[in-house]
Amino acid sequence: MTIPASWFLIVAAALFGVGAFGFLTRRSALIMFMCVELMLNAVNLTFVTFSRSLGDIAGQASVFFVLVVAAAEVTVGLGIVVAVFRRRNSASVDELSELKG
Amino acid sequence: MIDSIHSLPDVITFVVATLLILTGAVGVIAAKNPVHSALSLIMTFFGVSIAFIEQGAHFLAAVEIIVYAGAIVVLFLFVIMFLGVDRADEVSVDPLVGQRPLALAGVVVTIAGVVTMMSRAGWVTGAPALSTGGQPMQGGNENIKELGTAVFTTYIYAFEATAALLIIAVVGAVILARKERVVDEQEGVA
Repeated sequence: MTIPASWFLIVAAALFGVGAFGFLTRRSALIMFMCVELMLNAVNLTFVTFSRSLGDIAGQASVFFVLVVAAAEVTVGLGIVVAVFRRRNSASVDELSELKG
Repeated sequence: MIDSIHSLPDVITFVVATLLILTGAVGVIAAKNPVHSALSLIMTFFGVSIAFIEQGAHFLAAVEIIVYAGAIVVLFLFVIMFLGVDRADEVSVDPLVGQRPLALAGVVVTIAGVVTMMSRAGWVTGAPALSTGGQPMQGGNENIKELGTAVFTTYIYAFEATAALLIIAVVGAVILARKERVVDEQEGVA
């Protein structure tokens, strides 16, 4: 008998939690992007788990598209980090505080 | 107790995947050096890939390694080295008062809610699978065939949209990374 789906869902929830905590607490824009990747992977794991338990390939097709969007997001995001770093000489998000009242 | 209901190899695979995933994830958020975070990220991706194989998603497991561990982490490492931020980051200070306890509380409440919802909800939908015409999913080598059929028939418009998205992302990244220099040159001429 294979592993029940709920085990994988709990692992995915824990992975999402770790990623969300890192995203909320870390200052470096690069680490925050990595935490976004962690959360996306948690969702991917959930998609694949439901794909198996519901017997529908649509979950795996969704993961395929999440992969593509994640790649595009990282490309643009790191481009922004490079552009900000040129101006500020720092990758910390605390530097971007001009709009603070 | 566990062994009597689930086969031992499956349980071992699951435990190894879970350990890799969670150790890597904690490594990403705990490491002071961004390079160590990127390497921990690879560990998480390997764990997720093992979990995919365990659940029969063979193609996605391979793509996870090639795209995530191969391309995206290399992109991260490239930017880290390019910007020269590979020195230790200060993680001991807490610039916003109470940010970490609040973040921890929010995450714990959210995850507890999700897990509670999971444990109480039934997943009976009764709807036939749209993508496979109501047929159950097949395992083994049929996975790639089935996924390819779904992506290139049911989801063909989404697939074409991702092609456009990738083009736009590449053009956007080039413009973002080049913009400052073009402005500098114009200012220099004027």
